[in-house]
Amino acid sequence: MKKVVRIAAGQGFWGDDLDAPRRQVEGGPIDYLMLDYLAEVTMSILQKQKERDPSLGYARDFVGAMESVLPGVVERGVKVIANAGGVNPAACASAVKAVAEKCGAAGKLSIGVVTGDNLLGRLDELLAAGHGLANMDTGEPLSTVRDKVLSANAYIGSEPIVEALAKGANVVITGRSTDTALTMAPLRHEFGWSNESWDQLAAGIVAGHIIECGAQCSGGNCLYDWRSIPDLANVGYPLVEASADGTFVVTKHPGTGGRISVPTVTEQLVYEMGDPRSYITPDVIADFTTIRLADDGQDRVRVSGIKGKPPTDKLKVSIAYQAGFKAVGTLVYAWPDALDKAELADKVLRERLHRLGLRFDRVLTEFVGASATHGHLAGDQRNAPEVQLRFGVRGSNRAMVERFTREIAPLVLNGPPSVTGFAGGRPKVEEIVAYWPALIDKSVVTPVVEVIQ
Amino acid sequence: MKVRLVDIAHARSGDKGDTANVGLIALRPQWYALLEKQVTRDRVAEHFRGMIDGAVERYELPNLNALNFLLHGALDGGGTLSLKTDAQGKVYSTALLRLVLDVPDEEAKTLKLPAAR
Repeated sequence: MKKVVRIAAGQGFWGDDLDAPRRQVEGGPIDYLMLDYLAEVTMSILQKQKERDPSLGYARDFVGAMESVLPGVVERGVKVIANAGGVNPAACASAVKAVAEKCGAAGKLSIGVVTGDNLLGRLDELLAAGHGLANMDTGEPLSTVRDKVLSANAYIGSEPIVEALAKGANVVITGRSTDTALTMAPLRHEFGWSNESWDQLAAGIVAGHIIECGAQCSGGNCLYDWRSIPDLANVGYPLVEASADGTFVVTKHPGTGGRISVPTVTEQLVYEMGDPRSYITPDVIADFTTIRLADDGQDRVRVSGIKGKPPTDKLKVSIAYQAGFKAVGTLVYAWPDALDKAELADKVLRERLHRLGLRFDRVLTEFVGASATHGHLAGDQRNAPEVQLRFGVRGSNRAMVERFTREIAPLVLNGPPSVTGFAGGRPKVEEIVAYWPALIDKSVVTPVVEVIQ
Repeated sequence: MKVRLVDIAHARSGDKGDTANVGLIALRPQWYALLEKQVTRDRVAEHFRGMIDGAVERYELPNLNALNFLLHGALDGGGTLSLKTDAQGKVYSTALLRLVLDVPDEEAKTLKLPAAR
Protein backbone atom coordinates (compact mmCIF):
# COMPACT_ATOMS: atom_id res chain seq x y z
CA MET A 1 0.00 0.00 0.00
CA LYS A 2 1.22 3.46 -0.87
CA LYS A 3 1.93 5.65 2.18
CA VAL A 4 0.83 8.82 0.48
CA VAL A 5 -1.54 9.12 -2.47
CA ARG A 6 -1.44 12.31 -4.52
CA ILE A 7 -4.62 13.47 -6.24
CA ALA A 8 -4.48 16.58 -8.40
CA ALA A 9 -7.44 18.65 -9.58
CA GLY A 10 -7.21 19.80 -13.17
CA GLN A 11 -10.66 21.22 -13.91
CA GLY A 12 -13.18 22.99 -11.69
CA PHE A 13 -16.03 23.13 -14.21
CA TRP A 14 -16.63 22.69 -17.94
CA GLY A 15 -14.98 25.78 -19.35
CA ASP A 16 -12.08 25.95 -16.90
CA ASP A 17 -8.43 26.46 -17.99
CA LEU A 18 -7.84 24.01 -20.86
CA ASP A 19 -4.15 23.60 -20.10
CA ALA A 20 -4.49 22.96 -16.35
CA PRO A 21 -4.72 19.13 -16.65
CA ARG A 22 -1.40 18.97 -18.51
CA ARG A 23 0.29 21.29 -16.01
CA GLN A 24 -0.94 19.13 -13.15
CA VAL A 25 0.48 15.96 -14.71
CA GLU A 26 3.81 17.47 -15.78
CA GLY A 27 4.42 19.83 -12.86
CA GLY A 28 5.38 17.20 -10.29
CA PRO A 29 4.60 13.69 -9.04
CA ILE A 30 0.91 12.75 -8.84
CA ASP A 31 -0.96 9.44 -8.75
CA TYR A 32 -4.37 10.59 -9.93
CA LEU A 33 -5.72 13.44 -12.00
CA MET A 34 -9.28 14.39 -11.07
CA LEU A 35 -11.38 16.39 -13.53
CA ASP A 36 -14.81 17.80 -12.64
CA TYR A 37 -16.83 18.95 -15.64
CA LEU A 38 -20.42 18.95 -14.48
CA ALA A 39 -22.41 21.84 -13.05
CA GLU A 40 -26.09 21.72 -12.27
CA VAL A 41 -27.49 22.33 -15.73
CA THR A 42 -24.60 20.92 -17.78
CA MET A 43 -26.40 17.58 -18.19
CA SER A 44 -29.29 19.23 -20.08
CA ILE A 45 -26.90 20.94 -22.51
CA LEU A 46 -25.27 17.58 -23.14
CA GLN A 47 -28.65 15.89 -23.53
CA LYS A 48 -29.56 18.38 -26.27
CA GLN A 49 -26.27 17.69 -28.05
CA LYS A 50 -26.94 13.97 -27.88
CA GLU A 51 -30.42 14.40 -29.35
CA ARG A 52 -28.89 16.19 -32.34
CA ASP A 53 -26.05 13.68 -32.69
CA PRO A 54 -26.17 10.32 -30.84
CA SER A 55 -22.35 10.17 -30.75
CA LEU A 56 -22.22 13.33 -28.57
CA GLY A 57 -23.51 14.23 -25.11
CA TYR A 58 -20.25 14.31 -23.15
CA ALA A 59 -17.75 17.04 -22.21
CA ARG A 60 -15.65 17.22 -25.36
CA ASP A 61 -12.93 19.26 -23.65
CA PHE A 62 -12.02 16.05 -21.86
CA VAL A 63 -10.80 14.41 -25.09
CA GLY A 64 -8.29 17.22 -25.60
CA ALA A 65 -7.31 17.02 -21.94
CA MET A 66 -6.67 13.28 -22.28
CA GLU A 67 -4.51 13.86 -25.34
CA SER A 68 -2.44 16.39 -23.41
CA VAL A 69 -1.88 14.06 -20.45
CA LEU A 70 -1.42 10.77 -22.34
CA PRO A 71 2.37 10.64 -21.90
CA GLY A 72 1.94 10.93 -18.13
CA VAL A 73 -0.75 8.26 -18.10
CA VAL A 74 1.19 5.85 -20.30
CA GLU A 75 4.75 6.39 -19.07
CA ARG A 76 4.26 7.34 -15.42
CA GLY A 77 1.10 5.49 -14.54
CA VAL A 78 -1.00 8.52 -13.64
CA LYS A 79 -4.67 7.54 -13.49
CA VAL A 80 -7.45 9.84 -14.60
CA ILE A 81 -10.92 10.13 -13.08
CA ALA A 82 -13.49 12.42 -14.67
CA ASN A 83 -17.25 12.93 -14.72
CA ALA A 84 -16.84 13.98 -18.36
CA GLY A 85 -19.19 11.24 -19.59
CA GLY A 86 -22.25 13.45 -19.18
CA VAL A 87 -25.25 11.67 -20.69
CA ASN A 88 -23.09 9.50 -22.95
CA PRO A 89 -20.12 7.98 -21.09
CA ALA A 90 -19.74 5.19 -23.68
CA ALA A 91 -19.29 7.68 -26.54
CA CYS A 92 -16.83 9.63 -24.39
CA ALA A 93 -14.83 6.44 -23.84
CA SER A 94 -14.80 5.72 -27.60
CA ALA A 95 -13.52 9.23 -28.30
CA VAL A 96 -10.75 8.80 -25.71
CA LYS A 97 -9.85 5.43 -27.20
CA ALA A 98 -9.64 6.98 -30.67
CA VAL A 99 -7.33 9.69 -29.41
CA ALA A 100 -5.09 7.10 -27.72
CA GLU A 101 -4.86 5.15 -30.98
CA LYS A 102 -4.03 8.31 -32.90
CA CYS A 103 -1.21 9.02 -30.43
CA GLY A 104 0.18 5.51 -30.68
CA ALA A 105 -1.02 4.55 -27.22
CA ALA A 106 -3.54 1.95 -28.38
CA GLY A 107 -3.80 -0.82 -25.83
CA LYS A 108 -2.25 1.32 -23.10
CA LEU A 109 -5.57 2.52 -21.75
CA SER A 110 -8.04 0.51 -19.76
CA ILE A 111 -11.14 2.68 -19.60
CA GLY A 112 -13.70 2.22 -16.85
CA VAL A 113 -17.14 3.47 -17.83
CA VAL A 114 -19.68 4.17 -15.09
CA THR A 115 -23.35 4.42 -16.05
CA GLY A 116 -26.70 3.89 -14.40
CA ASP A 117 -27.18 7.49 -13.24
CA ASN A 118 -29.35 8.45 -16.21
CA LEU A 119 -33.03 8.26 -15.22
CA LEU A 120 -34.54 10.12 -18.18
CA GLY A 121 -35.87 7.00 -19.89
CA ARG A 122 -37.24 5.67 -16.58
CA LEU A 123 -39.07 8.78 -15.37
CA ASP A 124 -42.63 7.68 -16.10
CA GLU A 125 -41.97 4.24 -14.68
CA LEU A 126 -40.55 5.84 -11.51
CA LEU A 127 -43.44 8.33 -11.18
CA ALA A 128 -45.95 5.50 -11.70
CA ALA A 129 -44.22 3.50 -8.97
CA GLY A 130 -44.84 6.36 -6.55
CA HIS A 131 -41.51 8.20 -6.66
CA GLY A 132 -42.82 11.78 -6.67
CA LEU A 133 -39.44 13.43 -7.34
CA ALA A 134 -40.79 16.54 -5.62
CA ASN A 135 -38.69 19.69 -5.88
CA MET A 136 -36.45 19.77 -2.79
CA ASP A 137 -36.73 23.55 -2.55
CA THR A 138 -40.40 24.16 -3.31
CA GLY A 139 -42.05 20.79 -2.58
CA GLU A 140 -43.88 20.81 -5.94
CA PRO A 141 -44.37 17.37 -7.55
CA LEU A 142 -42.47 16.69 -10.77
CA SER A 143 -45.75 16.18 -12.60
CA THR A 144 -46.09 20.00 -12.82
CA VAL A 145 -43.16 20.15 -15.27
CA ARG A 146 -43.02 16.52 -16.48
CA ASP A 147 -43.59 17.38 -20.16
CA LYS A 148 -40.78 19.95 -20.09
CA VAL A 149 -38.08 17.69 -18.61
CA LEU A 150 -34.86 17.60 -20.64
CA SER A 151 -32.62 15.43 -18.47
CA ALA A 152 -32.72 13.53 -15.18
CA ASN A 153 -29.67 12.06 -13.46
CA ALA A 154 -29.02 10.64 -10.02
CA TYR A 155 -25.85 11.80 -8.28
CA ILE A 156 -24.01 8.56 -7.67
CA GLY A 157 -21.21 8.00 -5.19
CA SER A 158 -17.73 6.48 -5.06
CA GLU A 159 -18.65 2.77 -5.19
CA PRO A 160 -18.67 2.23 -8.99
CA ILE A 161 -15.45 4.25 -9.44
CA VAL A 162 -13.73 2.11 -6.81
CA GLU A 163 -14.98 -0.96 -8.67
CA ALA A 164 -13.61 0.30 -11.99
CA LEU A 165 -10.20 0.95 -10.40
CA ALA A 166 -10.22 -2.50 -8.82
CA LYS A 167 -10.85 -3.98 -12.26
CA GLY A 168 -7.69 -2.30 -13.49
CA ALA A 169 -8.98 0.84 -15.16
CA ASN A 170 -6.43 3.65 -15.53
CA VAL A 171 -9.04 6.06 -16.88
CA VAL A 172 -12.48 6.22 -15.29
CA ILE A 173 -15.28 8.09 -17.02
CA THR A 174 -18.56 8.66 -15.22
CA GLY A 175 -21.83 10.41 -15.87
CA ARG A 176 -23.39 12.34 -12.99
CA SER A 177 -21.07 11.26 -10.20
CA THR A 178 -20.88 13.61 -7.26
CA ASP A 179 -17.91 15.96 -7.61
CA THR A 180 -16.46 14.81 -4.31
CA ALA A 181 -16.62 11.09 -5.20
CA LEU A 182 -14.05 11.66 -7.93
CA THR A 183 -11.46 12.41 -5.23
CA MET A 184 -12.69 10.07 -2.53
CA ALA A 185 -12.93 6.95 -4.74
CA PRO A 186 -9.20 6.61 -5.51
CA LEU A 187 -8.41 7.00 -1.80
CA ARG A 188 -10.85 4.21 -0.96
CA HIS A 189 -9.25 2.11 -3.67
CA GLU A 190 -5.65 2.74 -2.59
CA PHE A 191 -6.17 2.50 1.16
CA GLY A 192 -8.84 -0.19 1.16
CA TRP A 193 -11.22 1.89 3.26
CA SER A 194 -14.43 -0.05 3.83
CA ASN A 195 -17.78 1.46 2.97
CA GLU A 196 -18.28 1.96 6.70
CA SER A 197 -15.00 3.73 7.49
CA TRP A 198 -17.08 6.85 8.11
CA ASP A 199 -14.29 9.15 9.27
CA GLN A 200 -11.95 8.28 6.42
CA LEU A 201 -14.72 8.49 3.85
CA ALA A 202 -15.69 11.89 5.23
CA ALA A 203 -12.05 12.98 4.97
CA GLY A 204 -12.09 11.94 1.30
CA ILE A 205 -15.21 14.05 0.77
CA VAL A 206 -13.64 17.08 2.44
CA ALA A 207 -10.52 16.64 0.28
CA GLY A 208 -12.79 16.52 -2.75
CA HIS A 209 -14.71 19.62 -1.67
CA ILE A 210 -11.47 21.56 -1.21
CA ILE A 211 -10.03 20.78 -4.66
CA GLU A 212 -13.16 20.31 -6.81
CA CYS A 213 -13.30 24.00 -7.75
CA GLY A 214 -9.73 23.96 -8.98
CA ALA A 215 -7.77 27.13 -8.22
CA GLN A 216 -10.52 28.52 -5.99
CA CYS A 217 -8.63 26.99 -3.02
CA SER A 218 -5.16 28.02 -4.22
CA GLY A 219 -5.51 31.77 -4.46
CA GLY A 220 -8.20 32.22 -7.11
CA ASN A 221 -11.21 34.30 -6.05
CA CYS A 222 -9.58 34.67 -2.65
CA LEU A 223 -10.51 37.80 -0.69
CA TYR A 224 -8.03 37.29 2.15
CA ASP A 225 -5.04 39.55 1.54
CA TRP A 226 -5.80 39.32 -2.18
CA ARG A 227 -3.28 41.96 -3.25
CA SER A 228 -0.38 39.86 -1.99
CA ILE A 229 -1.27 36.62 -3.81
CA PRO A 230 1.64 36.04 -6.22
CA ASP A 231 1.57 35.28 -9.94
CA LEU A 232 -2.12 34.53 -10.53
CA ALA A 233 -1.32 34.38 -14.25
CA ASN A 234 0.51 31.13 -13.56
CA VAL A 235 -1.79 29.96 -10.76
CA GLY A 236 -1.09 26.46 -9.47
CA TYR A 237 -4.05 24.10 -9.30
CA PRO A 238 -4.38 22.18 -6.04
CA LEU A 239 -3.48 18.63 -5.13
CA VAL A 240 -3.93 16.58 -1.98
CA GLU A 241 -1.35 14.27 -0.45
CA ALA A 242 -3.52 11.83 1.47
CA SER A 243 -2.65 9.21 4.08
CA ALA A 244 -4.47 6.03 5.04
CA ASP A 245 -5.63 7.49 8.37
CA GLY A 246 -7.71 10.12 6.60
CA THR A 247 -5.42 13.06 7.15
CA PHE A 248 -4.14 14.96 4.14
CA VAL A 249 -2.14 17.97 3.02
CA VAL A 250 -3.43 20.43 0.43
CA THR A 251 -0.63 21.80 -1.73
CA LYS A 252 0.36 22.66 -5.32
CA HIS A 253 3.30 22.08 -7.61
CA PRO A 254 6.49 24.07 -6.99
CA GLY A 255 7.14 27.07 -9.22
CA THR A 256 3.46 27.85 -9.71
CA GLY A 257 1.61 31.02 -8.71
CA GLY A 258 -1.25 31.50 -6.31
CA ARG A 259 -1.18 30.52 -2.65
CA ILE A 260 -2.29 27.71 -0.39
CA SER A 261 -2.73 28.78 3.22
CA VAL A 262 -5.18 28.30 6.06
CA PRO A 263 -7.23 31.33 4.90
CA THR A 264 -7.37 30.28 1.21
CA VAL A 265 -8.48 26.76 2.16
CA THR A 266 -10.99 28.07 4.71
CA GLU A 267 -12.61 30.27 2.07
CA GLN A 268 -13.09 27.24 -0.17
CA LEU A 269 -14.41 25.10 2.70
CA VAL A 270 -17.29 27.53 3.34
CA TYR A 271 -18.10 27.90 -0.37
CA GLU A 272 -21.62 26.69 -1.22
CA MET A 273 -21.99 25.35 2.30
CA GLY A 274 -25.32 24.45 3.89
CA ASP A 275 -25.54 22.92 7.35
CA PRO A 276 -21.86 22.29 8.15
CA ARG A 277 -22.68 19.39 10.46
CA SER A 278 -24.22 17.41 7.66
CA TYR A 279 -22.61 17.64 4.27
CA ILE A 280 -24.63 14.86 2.65
CA THR A 281 -23.18 12.60 -0.04
CA PRO A 282 -24.25 9.14 -1.27
CA ASP A 283 -21.34 7.54 0.66
CA VAL A 284 -21.19 9.39 3.96
CA ILE A 285 -22.34 12.48 5.83
CA ALA A 286 -19.32 14.65 6.64
CA ASP A 287 -19.21 16.98 9.65
CA PHE A 288 -17.38 20.16 8.63
CA THR A 289 -17.31 21.39 12.23
CA THR A 290 -14.70 18.70 12.98
CA ILE A 291 -12.17 19.83 10.37
CA ARG A 292 -8.79 20.96 11.73
CA LEU A 293 -6.49 23.06 9.54
CA ALA A 294 -2.83 23.72 10.28
CA ASP A 295 -0.04 25.49 8.48
CA ASP A 296 2.43 22.86 7.19
CA GLY A 297 5.02 25.05 5.52
CA GLN A 298 4.90 27.21 2.42
CA ASP A 299 1.81 26.50 0.30
CA ARG A 300 0.94 23.50 2.45
CA VAL A 301 -2.07 23.08 4.73
CA ARG A 302 -2.59 19.98 6.85
CA VAL A 303 -6.19 18.81 7.28
CA SER A 304 -7.20 16.39 10.05
CA GLY A 305 -9.80 15.47 12.66
CA ILE A 306 -12.66 14.87 10.24
CA LYS A 307 -15.66 12.88 11.43
CA GLY A 308 -18.34 11.21 9.34
CA LYS A 309 -21.53 9.27 9.84
CA PRO A 310 -23.69 6.91 7.75
CA PRO A 311 -25.49 8.39 4.72
CA THR A 312 -29.24 8.49 4.11
CA ASP A 313 -31.07 5.96 1.95
CA LYS A 314 -31.72 8.60 -0.73
CA LEU A 315 -29.79 9.93 -3.70
CA LYS A 316 -30.12 13.44 -5.00
CA VAL A 317 -31.46 13.70 -8.54
CA SER A 318 -30.61 16.54 -10.87
CA ILE A 319 -33.49 17.23 -13.26
CA ALA A 320 -33.37 19.92 -15.93
CA TYR A 321 -36.50 21.31 -17.54
CA GLN A 322 -37.46 23.95 -20.08
CA ALA A 323 -38.63 27.01 -18.14
CA GLY A 324 -39.43 29.67 -20.71
CA PHE A 325 -37.36 32.52 -22.06
CA LYS A 326 -35.45 35.53 -20.85
CA ALA A 327 -33.61 38.54 -22.20
CA VAL A 328 -31.54 41.23 -20.54
CA GLY A 329 -30.86 44.63 -22.08
CA THR A 330 -28.41 47.29 -20.89
CA LEU A 331 -27.71 50.99 -21.48
CA VAL A 332 -25.18 53.27 -19.78
CA TYR A 333 -26.07 56.75 -18.47
CA ALA A 334 -23.34 59.28 -17.68
CA TRP A 335 -22.87 62.07 -15.13
CA PRO A 336 -24.45 64.41 -14.21
CA ASP A 337 -27.37 62.70 -12.49
CA ALA A 338 -26.52 59.33 -14.04
CA LEU A 339 -28.65 57.35 -11.61
CA ASP A 340 -31.66 59.69 -11.99
CA LYS A 341 -31.49 59.33 -15.77
CA ALA A 342 -31.29 55.55 -15.55
CA GLU A 343 -34.25 55.53 -13.17
CA LEU A 344 -36.32 57.61 -15.55
CA ALA A 345 -35.37 55.31 -18.46
CA ASP A 346 -36.58 52.35 -16.38
CA LYS A 347 -39.90 54.07 -15.75
CA VAL A 348 -40.34 54.97 -19.43
CA LEU A 349 -39.46 51.45 -20.55
CA ARG A 350 -41.91 49.83 -18.14
CA GLU A 351 -44.69 52.13 -19.35
CA ARG A 352 -43.98 51.29 -22.98
CA LEU A 353 -43.93 47.54 -22.34
CA HIS A 354 -47.24 47.88 -20.55
CA ARG A 355 -48.80 49.83 -23.43
CA LEU A 356 -47.59 47.19 -25.87
CA GLY A 357 -49.53 44.63 -23.83
CA LEU A 358 -46.38 42.65 -23.05
CA ARG A 359 -46.76 40.59 -19.88
CA PHE A 360 -43.92 38.71 -18.18
CA ASP A 361 -43.55 36.35 -15.23
CA ARG A 362 -40.73 38.52 -13.98
CA VAL A 363 -39.26 41.93 -14.72
CA LEU A 364 -36.10 43.04 -12.91
CA THR A 365 -34.32 46.38 -13.11
CA GLU A 366 -30.82 46.83 -11.73
CA PHE A 367 -28.59 49.89 -11.65
CA VAL A 368 -25.03 48.64 -12.13
CA GLY A 369 -22.56 51.04 -10.57
CA ALA A 370 -25.09 52.10 -7.94
CA SER A 371 -26.92 49.19 -6.35
CA ALA A 372 -26.94 46.03 -8.52
CA THR A 373 -24.94 43.81 -6.21
CA HIS A 374 -25.10 45.48 -2.79
CA GLY A 375 -28.54 47.11 -2.98
CA HIS A 376 -29.20 49.91 -0.51
CA LEU A 377 -26.09 48.86 1.45
CA ALA A 378 -23.96 50.60 -1.19
CA GLY A 379 -25.21 53.97 0.06
CA ASP A 380 -25.93 57.13 -1.92
CA GLN A 381 -24.64 56.88 -5.50
CA ARG A 382 -26.42 59.94 -6.93
CA ASN A 383 -23.05 61.37 -7.93
CA ALA A 384 -21.79 58.22 -9.73
CA PRO A 385 -19.79 58.97 -12.91
CA GLU A 386 -21.93 56.47 -14.81
CA VAL A 387 -24.68 53.96 -14.13
CA GLN A 388 -25.69 51.01 -16.25
CA LEU A 389 -29.41 50.35 -16.54
CA ARG A 390 -29.80 46.58 -16.67
CA PHE A 391 -33.33 45.51 -17.50
CA GLY A 392 -34.36 41.84 -17.62
CA VAL A 393 -37.60 40.04 -18.44
CA ARG A 394 -38.61 36.40 -18.15
CA GLY A 395 -41.72 34.66 -19.47
CA SER A 396 -43.15 31.61 -21.18
CA ASN A 397 -44.13 33.50 -24.35
CA ARG A 398 -41.13 33.72 -26.65
CA ALA A 399 -42.73 36.33 -28.94
CA MET A 400 -43.25 38.73 -26.02
CA VAL A 401 -39.65 38.36 -24.85
CA GLU A 402 -38.53 38.88 -28.46
CA ARG A 403 -40.65 42.04 -28.75
CA PHE A 404 -39.10 43.40 -25.55
CA THR A 405 -35.63 43.20 -27.10
CA ARG A 406 -36.71 45.82 -29.70
CA GLU A 407 -37.53 48.38 -27.01
CA ILE A 408 -34.00 49.04 -25.69
CA ALA A 409 -32.30 50.75 -28.64
CA PRO A 410 -35.05 53.37 -29.25
CA LEU A 411 -34.37 54.77 -25.77
CA VAL A 412 -31.06 56.09 -27.07
CA LEU A 413 -32.87 58.72 -29.13
CA ASN A 414 -36.25 58.95 -27.46
CA GLY A 415 -35.43 58.60 -23.76
CA PRO A 416 -33.39 60.44 -21.11
CA PRO A 417 -30.05 62.03 -22.17
CA SER A 418 -26.33 61.19 -21.84
CA VAL A 419 -26.85 57.59 -22.86
CA THR A 420 -24.31 55.27 -24.46
CA GLY A 421 -23.03 51.71 -24.33
CA PHE A 422 -25.50 50.14 -26.77
CA ALA A 423 -22.89 48.85 -29.20
CA GLY A 424 -23.62 45.22 -28.43
CA GLY A 425 -26.89 45.52 -30.35
CA ARG A 426 -30.25 44.04 -29.50
CA PRO A 427 -30.39 41.71 -26.46
CA LYS A 428 -30.50 38.00 -27.25
CA VAL A 429 -33.45 35.85 -26.27
CA GLU A 430 -32.24 32.99 -24.16
CA GLU A 431 -34.03 29.69 -23.65
CA ILE A 432 -34.07 28.91 -19.93
CA VAL A 433 -33.13 25.44 -18.77
CA ALA A 434 -33.90 25.34 -15.08
CA TYR A 435 -32.75 23.00 -12.36
CA TRP A 436 -35.10 20.79 -10.37
CA PRO A 437 -33.40 19.07 -7.42
CA ALA A 438 -35.16 15.99 -6.06
CA LEU A 439 -34.49 12.88 -4.00
CA ILE A 440 -34.97 9.23 -4.89
CA ASP A 441 -34.60 5.93 -3.03
CA LYS A 442 -31.08 4.60 -3.44
CA SER A 443 -32.49 1.13 -4.05
CA VAL A 444 -33.89 2.02 -7.48
CA VAL A 445 -30.60 3.30 -8.89
CA THR A 446 -28.05 0.67 -9.89
CA PRO A 447 -24.69 1.92 -11.14
CA VAL A 448 -23.12 -0.18 -13.89
CA VAL A 449 -19.37 -0.54 -14.41
CA GLU A 450 -17.75 -1.67 -17.63
CA VAL A 451 -14.03 -1.72 -18.34
CA ILE A 452 -13.01 -1.53 -21.98
CA GLN A 453 -9.51 -2.02 -23.36
CA MET B 1 -16.26 52.02 19.28
CA LYS B 2 -17.42 51.42 15.70
CA VAL B 3 -15.74 48.45 14.05
CA ARG B 4 -16.23 47.56 10.40
CA LEU B 5 -16.72 43.88 9.67
CA VAL B 6 -14.53 44.25 6.58
CA ASP B 7 -11.59 45.08 8.89
CA ILE B 8 -11.94 42.02 11.10
CA ALA B 9 -13.26 39.27 8.79
CA HIS B 10 -13.08 37.85 5.29
CA ALA B 11 -15.81 35.98 3.46
CA ARG B 12 -16.82 33.85 0.47
CA SER B 13 -20.29 33.20 -0.85
CA GLY B 14 -21.99 30.80 -3.22
CA ASP B 15 -25.40 29.45 -4.14
CA LYS B 16 -27.75 26.50 -3.79
CA GLY B 17 -30.88 27.16 -5.82
CA ASP B 18 -32.49 30.40 -4.65
CA THR B 19 -30.38 30.47 -1.46
CA ALA B 20 -27.08 32.30 -1.14
CA ASN B 21 -24.60 31.23 1.51
CA VAL B 22 -22.04 33.53 3.09
CA GLY B 23 -19.15 32.04 5.01
CA LEU B 24 -17.77 34.72 7.34
CA ILE B 25 -14.26 34.07 8.70
CA ALA B 26 -12.51 36.00 11.48
CA LEU B 27 -9.19 37.50 10.34
CA ARG B 28 -7.72 36.55 13.73
CA PRO B 29 -8.82 33.58 15.86
CA GLN B 30 -9.31 35.84 18.89
CA TRP B 31 -11.94 37.82 16.99
CA TYR B 32 -14.22 34.84 16.31
CA ALA B 33 -16.08 35.09 19.64
CA LEU B 34 -17.01 38.68 18.84
CA LEU B 35 -18.46 37.61 15.48
CA GLU B 36 -20.42 34.85 17.17
CA LYS B 37 -21.81 37.28 19.73
CA GLN B 38 -22.56 40.23 17.46
CA VAL B 39 -23.22 38.94 13.96
CA THR B 40 -26.45 37.21 14.88
CA ARG B 41 -29.08 35.79 12.58
CA ASP B 42 -31.39 38.71 13.37
CA ARG B 43 -28.66 41.27 12.79
CA VAL B 44 -27.91 39.79 9.37
CA ALA B 45 -31.61 39.56 8.46
CA GLU B 46 -31.93 43.26 9.36
CA HIS B 47 -28.81 44.09 7.31
CA PHE B 48 -30.25 42.45 4.19
CA ARG B 49 -33.84 43.64 4.69
CA GLY B 50 -35.36 44.46 1.31
CA MET B 51 -32.68 42.49 -0.55
CA ILE B 52 -33.83 38.95 0.25
CA ASP B 53 -37.32 37.41 0.33
CA GLY B 54 -36.77 34.56 2.78
CA ALA B 55 -35.38 33.79 6.20
CA VAL B 56 -31.77 33.82 7.38
CA GLU B 57 -30.13 30.81 9.06
CA ARG B 58 -26.82 30.81 10.91
CA TYR B 59 -24.41 27.94 11.63
CA GLU B 60 -21.25 28.11 13.71
CA LEU B 61 -17.88 26.60 12.80
CA PRO B 62 -15.61 27.56 15.71
CA ASN B 63 -13.03 25.09 14.35
CA LEU B 64 -12.56 27.38 11.33
CA ASN B 65 -13.29 30.65 13.22
CA ALA B 66 -16.21 30.95 10.84
CA LEU B 67 -19.96 31.47 10.69
CA ASN B 68 -22.10 30.27 7.81
CA PHE B 69 -25.21 32.22 6.85
CA LEU B 70 -27.92 30.95 4.53
CA LEU B 71 -29.86 33.76 2.89
CA HIS B 72 -33.05 32.25 1.49
CA GLY B 73 -34.81 33.88 -1.43
CA ALA B 74 -31.72 35.93 -2.22
CA LEU B 75 -31.21 35.13 -5.89
CA ASP B 76 -34.38 36.09 -7.78
CA GLY B 77 -35.26 32.42 -8.28
CA GLY B 78 -31.64 31.33 -8.54
CA GLY B 79 -29.64 29.49 -11.19
CA THR B 80 -30.71 30.09 -14.78
CA LEU B 81 -34.13 31.51 -13.77
CA SER B 82 -32.55 34.52 -12.10
CA LEU B 83 -32.36 37.86 -13.89
CA LYS B 84 -29.86 39.26 -11.37
CA THR B 85 -26.28 40.27 -12.18
CA ASP B 86 -25.25 38.24 -9.15
CA ALA B 87 -27.41 35.21 -9.97
CA GLN B 88 -25.00 32.87 -8.15
CA GLY B 89 -24.71 35.05 -5.06
CA LYS B 90 -20.97 35.45 -5.50
CA VAL B 91 -20.74 38.87 -3.87
CA TYR B 92 -23.22 38.67 -1.01
CA SER B 93 -19.97 37.97 0.85
CA THR B 94 -18.71 41.52 0.57
CA ALA B 95 -22.22 42.94 1.05
CA LEU B 96 -22.21 41.33 4.50
CA LEU B 97 -18.78 42.83 5.19
CA ARG B 98 -20.39 46.29 5.01
CA LEU B 99 -21.87 45.66 8.45
CA VAL B 100 -20.54 47.95 11.20
CA LEU B 101 -20.41 46.68 14.78
CA ASP B 102 -20.66 48.64 17.99
CA VAL B 103 -18.07 47.29 20.41
CA PRO B 104 -17.52 48.55 23.99
CA ASP B 105 -14.25 50.52 24.09
CA GLU B 106 -12.69 48.28 26.73
CA GLU B 107 -13.39 45.11 24.74
CA ALA B 108 -12.17 46.72 21.51
CA LYS B 109 -8.92 47.66 23.24
CA THR B 110 -8.37 44.18 24.71
CA LEU B 111 -8.99 42.55 21.33
CA LYS B 112 -6.89 45.19 19.50
CA LEU B 113 -9.73 45.82 17.06
CA PRO B 114 -9.10 48.34 14.29
CA ALA B 115 -11.40 51.37 14.62
CA ALA B 116 -13.66 52.25 11.71
CA ARG B 117 -12.06 54.86 9.46
